[in-house]
Amino acid sequence: MHESTTMGINAIPGDKSTNTEELVQVEHLRKYFPLQSGLFATLLTRGQIQAVKAVDDVSFNIHKGEVFGLAGESGSGKSTVGRLVLRLLEPTTGKVIFDGIDLSSLSSEEMRRMRSRMQIVFQDPLASLNPRMTLGMAIDHPARIHLTDLSPDQRRKRVIDILSAVGMNPANVFYDLYPHQISGGQRQRVVLARALVTNPALIVADEPIAMADVSVRALLLDLMMRLKKEFDLTYLFITHDLATAKYVCNRIAIMYLGKLCEVGPLADVYQHTIHPYTRALLEAVPVPDPTRRRKEPMPPGEIPNAINPPPGCHFHPRCPMARSNCSVDEPTLRELRPNHSTACHYAEELLK
Amino acid sequence: MHDDILYSIRKLVVEYTTRAGAVKAVDDVSLDIRRGEIIGLVGESGCGKSTLGKALMRLHTGPAKITEGELWFDGRDLMTLPIEEMPEIRGAEIGMVFQDPMTSLNPVQRILDHLTETIQTHEPEVSDADARTRAEELIERLGIRKERITEYPHQMSGGMRQRVMISLALALRAKLVIADEPTTSLDVIVEAKFLDLLKELQKEFGLTILLITHNIGVVAEISDRIAVMYAAKMMEVGDVNDVFAQPKHPYTQGLLRSVPNILLDGAELYKMAGAPPDLSHPPSGCRFHTRCPFVMDICREEVPPLEAIEGAQSAACWLYPSVMAKRLEKEHA
Repeated sequence: MHESTTMGINAIPGDKSTNTEELVQVEHLRKYFPLQSGLFATLLTRGQIQAVKAVDDVSFNIHKGEVFGLAGESGSGKSTVGRLVLRLLEPTTGKVIFDGIDLSSLSSEEMRRMRSRMQIVFQDPLASLNPRMTLGMAIDHPARIHLTDLSPDQRRKRVIDILSAVGMNPANVFYDLYPHQISGGQRQRVVLARALVTNPALIVADEPIAMADVSVRALLLDLMMRLKKEFDLTYLFITHDLATAKYVCNRIAIMYLGKLCEVGPLADVYQHTIHPYTRALLEAVPVPDPTRRRKEPMPPGEIPNAINPPPGCHFHPRCPMARSNCSVDEPTLRELRPNHSTACHYAEELLK
Repeated sequence: MHDDILYSIRKLVVEYTTRAGAVKAVDDVSLDIRRGEIIGLVGESGCGKSTLGKALMRLHTGPAKITEGELWFDGRDLMTLPIEEMPEIRGAEIGMVFQDPMTSLNPVQRILDHLTETIQTHEPEVSDADARTRAEELIERLGIRKERITEYPHQMSGGMRQRVMISLALALRAKLVIADEPTTSLDVIVEAKFLDLLKELQKEFGLTILLITHNIGVVAEISDRIAVMYAAKMMEVGDVNDVFAQPKHPYTQGLLRSVPNILLDGAELYKMAGAPPDLSHPPSGCRFHTRCPFVMDICREEVPPLEAIEGAQSAACWLYPSVMAKRLEKEHA
């Protein structure tokens, strides 16, 4: 795993002139969820329907073959971004370009066919698997929809090969078992197998190991990295756990209240943090070392409501560096270090 | 019993009745909790740590039952008390904080009512006005503005609700607080602040805290001692500094090496083979032998006792001479 991490970081060169192929381009993505309100509330607000701005003008690219981390606290909008990238949700505005194709231009039939190339893995494998389907049937399901040129026998062989590739051996025995008969870690392997069966290019992994026990996590991460090489995958790795992200991500984006506050190569973001929120997040991560004590004070309060986010920089009410203009001017991402951007007016002060 | 020990768990067994027969979720576990310490009880899901936490208050009902063992709290064996007397101890002397404060707080009761009701149930002589003053002082101390005391739980954030839970324990000056995954539903920044608060309360009120968690980082951050459970058994107990510097049990060794550390550069995560066992069919001998890199013949046959290995650090593992010596002692007796 170490090998792949360092390889990945070295593979992202400092200058922009190198031609990195983009698998996903997210451009000015917005997703507002309107609040359901009754007639009375509508009259009070004079028909102006309030909305939760779950994702508010987010842009980033995912390079082919990388692990792109998207991190933030609950309510930051990171999972919504994951669903928008797969067009499981329709964006309010903005677009997602996947392998050169604007997904919003596709008809539902074209989109359906496109889905074989993009898959998602959720946090809870038990909720993702139908309890009445054997593991084999579950993995066969997407194959039956997308791999129509395969005969049932060929499909069975493919399912067994995939089961074996995710370490579920003997695969023909596991084929006939049900989800409740296997452990949590094994279930997540099956979910990965099901995602892989259609030979996708992109996997959106939404907290894929958050439910697994500590002693099982390392194996799952290792498997994900091995499958990435074997199947030539690109991951969008959504997580709240910055310690885990460190072991797998090549680049990382930090989200706060629907906006990106920092994006860059992982090592650079962690070592040369240029956003006060990222700083606080990194400082807050519990470290398994009793001799280490936290140095910096934590920002006051908690992540505010996304219905009425603070004006200007969303983080300003909690920010130790905030000045008067932070509550007025909204910062945009600007590149302060090679390929490393921040949305903070005063980030230069953190450059030292 | 030593005076500095607040709670002594002796050879506790908790069984669940299932269709597949009796399952021991806590199997012959002993542990001393010292006055004024924060002791972290760690283990993976299903290892029995939460069952143990509930057993300390004799909270089990339904299929769960304490079948063996003694629970010495502050000089009394709680197992010999009639169960009707337990409510006087729960809340008043032992407080509990759970993972999800929303399910612990009454959604139709204001924070104020939670606190005054708690105070007046156990201390009926306290007037309404006095109870309110006490409640306000308390939540201010915990970092919630006292104007918010008339709010309902849903109006507060997750971190504040967890503070309210702690205030309920402090309202009656509980001697021991059992906190079961208190920060698991909180985001990291809120978690960090809550942990700082627990540490302050420990110093200020001389509070003793049993911190049950799967998060090794949280234990490292605030605990004085650590106890490690695996498959219903206690595997290792010791001071955090000792255990993190030199874990004795192979399970602890593997567990600590498989925790991601944000400060370590270039380290590889240890990939422990296998998964925790099914407790309805636990492995023979040492429960960890199926995954242990140092497994010996004796490990498959006999359960190792928890014995002192070095200083105040104990482990249940046949690799150590003191554990072996205990076995020989038994044979001779």
